[in-house]
Amino acid sequence: MTEQTIVCITCPRGCTMNVKQDGDEITVTGNSCKRGEVFAVNELTHPMRTICSTVSTAFPESPVLPCRVSTDIPKEMIFDVMKEINKVVVKERIGRGDVIIPDVLGTGADVIATSDLLK
Amino acid sequence: MNTVNTDVLVIGGGPAGLAASIAAHDAGAKVLLIEREQRLGGILKQCIHDGFGLVRFKEKLSGPEYAERFIDVFKEKEIPAMLQTFVTESKKTDDGFLTTVVNHEGVTKIESKAMILATGCRERTAKQVSIHGTRPAGVFTAGTAQNFINLMGELPSKKCVILGSGDIGLIMARRLTLEGAEVVGVYEVKSTPSGLTRNIHQCLNDYGIPLHLSHTVTRVFGDDRLTAVEIAEVDDKMAPIKGTEEIIECDALILSVGLIPENEIAENLGVQLDWHTKGPLADESLMTSVPGIFSCGNALHVNDLVDYVSESGEIAGKGAAAYAASARKAAPKAVDLEAGENTLYIVPQKVTLPEGDASEKTIVYFRSKEIFDKSIFRIQNEKGEVIFEKKYPFLRPPEMEKVLVDFGAFDLANGGKLTATIEEVTA
Repeated sequence: MTEQTIVCITCPRGCTMNVKQDGDEITVTGNSCKRGEVFAVNELTHPMRTICSTVSTAFPESPVLPCRVSTDIPKEMIFDVMKEINKVVVKERIGRGDVIIPDVLGTGADVIATSDLLK
Repeated sequence: MNTVNTDVLVIGGGPAGLAASIAAHDAGAKVLLIEREQRLGGILKQCIHDGFGLVRFKEKLSGPEYAERFIDVFKEKEIPAMLQTFVTESKKTDDGFLTTVVNHEGVTKIESKAMILATGCRERTAKQVSIHGTRPAGVFTAGTAQNFINLMGELPSKKCVILGSGDIGLIMARRLTLEGAEVVGVYEVKSTPSGLTRNIHQCLNDYGIPLHLSHTVTRVFGDDRLTAVEIAEVDDKMAPIKGTEEIIECDALILSVGLIPENEIAENLGVQLDWHTKGPLADESLMTSVPGIFSCGNALHVNDLVDYVSESGEIAGKGAAAYAASARKAAPKAVDLEAGENTLYIVPQKVTLPEGDASEKTIVYFRSKEIFDKSIFRIQNEKGEVIFEKKYPFLRPPEMEKVLVDFGAFDLANGGKLTATIEEVTA
């Protein structure tokens, strides 16, 4: 059996949780809500993260446009997804919520624009 | 010279000013917003990371997304705003305020019945943390680094050291790493981190960036550009310990050493400040010591969550609209609220007591002075009677707490004093 401390990053409360793993059985204590338990179990099985960045644009007055992934991606793919994001040059005046890269690297997550600043 | 008239003049178009403008407009006031930048949104424009709006929208939004939700509403309601406009002077008149602003079109005088100061906060700079050595390029605040990367699309460093563990510094440690820079480490002079615990984990631990507590930068090196910094361990009085110095090569020193509410306009208008918050003393409607002047957001006190910035904007907006309409009665009974033992600060610092049976809960924000385990937060009157009490599993200074208190339920005397304290309960 292994035991470890995990800090939940789901919300600003940042609960310090105690996680015990015995084979397939994972017990979480110290969480204030259900989301903490889900986060702790994911951390032990397949950690997921979100990333926020910017993509280059063809518009000199706004050289970059903020973007993020529409849903969490596997933690180990963060830098691969960053590489994809850094290949993009936006040439259309797209806005908040518009898809920049659909299903990035087959993760099921889209890279979406997070601002209307080009509009 | 152009002269315009309004009920409520809002200074600052960030999240606080936007929420205040919308709330004052909804309460029936004629509103005008002044913003010095080209776009509304304030600092959120460059805060492209997510985590905003969890309290208000139950969604994990990035800064621009959060700000633009308010900007959309602001525009839908056709609230007037003057962009790229600076306030040069503001003074009290017999029936309100006269503010002079300047922009591309020239000088405009604005007459208003009430004013809301939503001027945000400023970062402490290298000059405020006295570091020895030369003055090379490459020493800048985390907010400046954020502006370079997220708005201008320029990477300002290939290898950097971050001094201070404030949230923006932690966020920038991750951002720089994602863009390919090497962050050697985050050095914090205090023995506890300044930023939110979750940011230590998701910004540093996730990327293997070390956090060195009780360490500081003692010297910088370099002629034109920074070439290295000297790091030293500090003792419990925060003085560098001889013999622990270490030289680290880097091309940038990024500072995340605290934020100070911006209150230049407020001070010129004679608004009294609280030395705890460094923002104006305010009552429950967030009116300052000068009747008709309201304060909200980070100008009032530095918040860790934008959700609370918007909330305070709404309180100030409602209050200013009521004041402008003269619907606000003269305060017949008010009590002072003071930060006592173990309490870093409390907002508001003055509470107007409701008349008769009227009962309305007042939003109270506070921070603890240190990290505490199981503790009790209390508000007591001069006789020691407990007006409000709440238990917490832990309290940490970087994490602001909010409580709702019904001050009307107690027979409090006019001019009385209430004190907020925190007691750690040892099991």
